[in-house]
Amino acid sequence: MEALISLAVKAIFVENMALAFFLGMCTFLAVSKKISTAIGLGISVTLVQAITVPANNLILTYLLAPGALAWAGFPEVDLTFLGLISYIGVIAAMVQILEMILDKYFPPLYNALGVFLPLITVNCAILGGSLFMVERDYDLAQSTVYGISSGFGWALAITAMAGVREKLKYSDIPDGLQGLGITFISAGLMALAFMSFSGVNL
Amino acid sequence: MGLRSFFDRIEPQFTKGGKYEKYFPVYEMVESFLYTPKTVTTAAPHARSYIDMKRIMTYVVLATVPCVLFALYNTGLQTNLAIAEFGASGWRAGIIEALGIGFNPANPIANMLHGLLYFLPIYIVTLLAGGAWEVLFATMRRHEVNEGFLVTSMLYTLILPASTPLWQVALGISFGVVIGKEVFGGTGKNFLNPALVGRAFLYFAYPAYMSGDTIWTPVDGFSGATALAVTASEGPAALPGYGITWMDSFVGTIQGSMGETSTIACLLGLAFLLATRIANYRMVVGCLVGMIAFSSLLNWIGSDSNPAFATPWYWHLVMGGYAFGLVFMVTEPVSGSHTNLGRYIYGALIGFMVVMIRVVNPAFPEGMMLAILFGNVFAPLIDYFVVQANIRRRARRNA
Repeated sequence: MEALISLAVKAIFVENMALAFFLGMCTFLAVSKKISTAIGLGISVTLVQAITVPANNLILTYLLAPGALAWAGFPEVDLTFLGLISYIGVIAAMVQILEMILDKYFPPLYNALGVFLPLITVNCAILGGSLFMVERDYDLAQSTVYGISSGFGWALAITAMAGVREKLKYSDIPDGLQGLGITFISAGLMALAFMSFSGVNL
Repeated sequence: MGLRSFFDRIEPQFTKGGKYEKYFPVYEMVESFLYTPKTVTTAAPHARSYIDMKRIMTYVVLATVPCVLFALYNTGLQTNLAIAEFGASGWRAGIIEALGIGFNPANPIANMLHGLLYFLPIYIVTLLAGGAWEVLFATMRRHEVNEGFLVTSMLYTLILPASTPLWQVALGISFGVVIGKEVFGGTGKNFLNPALVGRAFLYFAYPAYMSGDTIWTPVDGFSGATALAVTASEGPAALPGYGITWMDSFVGTIQGSMGETSTIACLLGLAFLLATRIANYRMVVGCLVGMIAFSSLLNWIGSDSNPAFATPWYWHLVMGGYAFGLVFMVTEPVSGSHTNLGRYIYGALIGFMVVMIRVVNPAFPEGMMLAILFGNVFAPLIDYFVVQANIRRRARRNA
């Protein structure tokens, strides 16, 4: 239990997807103009992450890993080379389902997210979560915790970013830096503040 | 009134259509440093207040005076103490010898003068380098240079170690002023504290010059740990073994960045800022409560492997930059939260973070700088949630 809590804290703060690994930057920069939208996107990323990482973990353990097909009578088969494409497939399917649910039950959020929801499919933070899971040999419980907390860390970062950007609306930014330019600088400065966690060992 | 009439005579040259129209911000800077700004609100509604930006900023600079005086004394004291052991070298020692002042650590005047020789070059370089950027941006972008820069440069100087090479001083303030403030449009438009941005830049770019045991006193061969470094590695119980008592730390005769060692000097500044209502007491209260609550919690939990868990709150208060940051940086109105409830939360977040970094994070013995930057990042979000909660409550009340 304690190990899982440490893992969660580590995934949220120390190894923050957005501000320590700079993953999922395209959506991070593009959908952080308004706090309410950012919260919505953050929740959907957390959701997708919470579903896909454990799902991919199951696929890895029972289908792809060396010897995983022993239950079907193929103990010597190693399908890990199919890893990338299976993870992407799972992510795409999950996003599709999430999109349908949002469209049906939360139309304002669905409209606010617009094209960025399908783009979660190719959000590197999502795929990154699954690949970190593989690389670090997480079991099912660990991958569930890791999925939820890394998604939450990303959501926290994009919400803070949106807060900063709402504040920056009142700033007098030089013409050449308006829009993405100042957003990149702000993201860098925020990463500087998140350095306060780097080096924490849990 | 010779000076006033001189300004009145040359002013038309700088206003619109004048010969030096481009340099109006420079003229405006010099004039408003010396006289009360003439600009008044022209559009209604009119509110009468004696507080303007010039007064706020000047008061903050005034509030740093105890810290500056103590910075001079303590820098000189530590240097003279170290010289007694390791011998004097360098041009500063040459000047002291030429003046015949001597290196007696028991002589406060000698300490002050020696400290001045370290403080002044850093401060002058800060003013020149940062001021050059300010004036450049002001002339190009046609906004005013205001007294806020004096605050930034004073705070920045006070949180540097006395041994910082001058080129690093210039680099840090350039980063702080340009990336921390001017790219957002100048004073009041930034979301992080520019002095801290500059300091953090130096901290991560040149860690060898910004942390460790040998940098705090600028004498070759000298090595002295800060109270924080001792607690991080051996716990607060080991402090007396290094000759650091709580009283030393409170008064400030310890190793540390120039202006931040003395808690009592910072508290004098705090009293002044609170009395003039420049600083908002809510942030101070929040920051104290957050720090005391979380450090007491850690004391209660305890740890076998990490001795810093046992650090009590009254040590956290006097060690490192906590008091200085609390007084001059947490209370900074621009980068902090703007709602009253938000100010408590913002302060508490910083108080929590500073203990978290100091105790839990083995990479950094000191956490005030990063804790405040972290608080700055979340300040707009805190405001957002406070405002949303207010809106919801009001909607419910009127439903």
